[in-house]
Amino acid sequence: MKNNCINFLKISLAILLAVAMTNFASSQDSEIQISGFATFGQKPIPVSLGGFSGEVAQVLQFDLYVQGFSFVAPDAAQYQINGSANGDVTGSVTDKFARKVILSRAYTGAALRREAHAFADDIVFAITGKKGIGQTKIAFKSQPTGIGSGEIYISDFDGHNAQAITHDGAIIAAPAWVPGRMALYYTSYARGNPDIFYHSLSTGQRRIIAGYSGLNTGAAVSPDGTKVAMILSKSGSPNVYVCNADGTGLKRLTTSEEDSSPCWSPDGEWICFATKIQSRRVLAKVPAGGGEMHVIHTSGAPNPTEPDWSPDGKWIAFTSQTGEFDICVVPADGSAAPVVLVAGQDPSWSPNSRTLVFNRAISYRQVLSVLDVFTKQAKDVARISGSSSEAAWAK
Amino acid sequence: MKLNRMIYPLVFALAATTLATTGCKHKPIGITPLPEGGSMVGQPGGGGTLPPGDQIGQGGGVQTQIPPGGGPTAEGDFNGMGVDRTALAPDTIHFKFDSSVIPSAERSKLVMVAEALKSDASAKLLVEGNCDERGTEEYNRSLGERRALAAREALAKLDIDPMRVFTRSYGKDKPAADGHDESAWSQNRRDDFVLLHPKPGS
Repeated sequence: MKNNCINFLKISLAILLAVAMTNFASSQDSEIQISGFATFGQKPIPVSLGGFSGEVAQVLQFDLYVQGFSFVAPDAAQYQINGSANGDVTGSVTDKFARKVILSRAYTGAALRREAHAFADDIVFAITGKKGIGQTKIAFKSQPTGIGSGEIYISDFDGHNAQAITHDGAIIAAPAWVPGRMALYYTSYARGNPDIFYHSLSTGQRRIIAGYSGLNTGAAVSPDGTKVAMILSKSGSPNVYVCNADGTGLKRLTTSEEDSSPCWSPDGEWICFATKIQSRRVLAKVPAGGGEMHVIHTSGAPNPTEPDWSPDGKWIAFTSQTGEFDICVVPADGSAAPVVLVAGQDPSWSPNSRTLVFNRAISYRQVLSVLDVFTKQAKDVARISGSSSEAAWAK
Repeated sequence: MKLNRMIYPLVFALAATTLATTGCKHKPIGITPLPEGGSMVGQPGGGGTLPPGDQIGQGGGVQTQIPPGGGPTAEGDFNGMGVDRTALAPDTIHFKFDSSVIPSAERSKLVMVAEALKSDASAKLLVEGNCDERGTEEYNRSLGERRALAAREALAKLDIDPMRVFTRSYGKDKPAADGHDESAWSQNRRDDFVLLHPKPGS
């Protein structure tokens, strides 16, 4: 009898402790748990920078901030990042809890800015085991604010080293990268009508892939680079079509009233797009080989448009249109309602599936911005004059 | 084993019924394919290999010189036809916000457009669909196209051969009025009608 009582007390104590520890762990942050995936409202990883100044410090701060790190005093930091930049960047990362150096490297052979981006990538990998985005590129359109025509640009993801890749003075739209390649598809009115061009950035050669009557826009390249989805109105309504990369083998996928902005799932199986069903604006997906369309529910984020599927397959980012525009993220499997993040339009995921680029209005001027969706840390990327929008992140 | 074989068709039938009742069955009426227009550089029928793109992170720099060809058509030209923007300028029709339904008050203008086309059998029409700034860019590009197509469908009901009517969407890229209020927006939600005439000697 006494033993049973003691056992009962021991078990009860163990359960109480376990419950107490669980509560302690989850009370650290008020996070939004979405079916076991990484959560929103995360606290950033606190780091301290020492020994850097000027451009190198600026690059490290920018790159790490938009990948979910924050900068604190040394005694509050989980990681200490030290180094110098006299001609070349050298740096080290110390894990203060484990009390060991997890990265120590010297960089050479490139401009300081480029070395700093490489160091930032190594920091991210050393701390998180994930690939950094410091050396990635974006494409976007830019036009003088209030003017319809402009040019397609590419730049580093932070907006530096921007260069125009068109010189037509035409209305342009919707640049899309060929995965892993220096080549883009985009919409241009250079011939008067909106046509979809394929443009090799390596050779400068380009070719019209879709130049049918009516609308040709919204090119999106399949993850394996062999197919392109697009919006064509040649059959009498703007619908989703798929063809080979060179424009051959065209196949119509939808017959709904008004479709826009197709994007691929990373496994190449689905194309997600914005559409109308009985005048209600929704997101939907259709099998890339053809078939029935399925609605992707986004309750709480009305009038969804401009979807983009994260490279890890888990999320669809999109623009919700109320009186303003909001960047939202919804689980791709529909397991939870969307999270509304920040004001802005037209999100595009980076390869890390947590940072995205979008554009937001600053007094009628459109400015690109990069956002870490889990910490909501964001930085504007406004390196050239005029309005920049419709950014696509190279993957 | 036998049960599984039976289950499959049943599940398929159930799924098909479900999808049929929930899927999009709202096919727009009066839709006809658009007339083929314009020469296409690099016909898709030709196919062949695309100019290569280096792997990202390797290879040379970005080539920013674009070779000639595929350039713009001559000013005031549509598929080799002469363009007249003034003849039907008074007949621009306007739309309600986020809608491609032609308001009944605008229908008399379509009659005027139809008359112009009936009185000149060699003329064709370009309908330019536009939006106000309040939609996102690609959504507006499709909405503008829907607005142009709506006019084309309405003209078909007025006995204008749809093969004479071309559509072009400008999304929100060609506003008729600057400004960020309903006065400007209502002017920008529109279809402009551009009369096309064969050029002399063509």
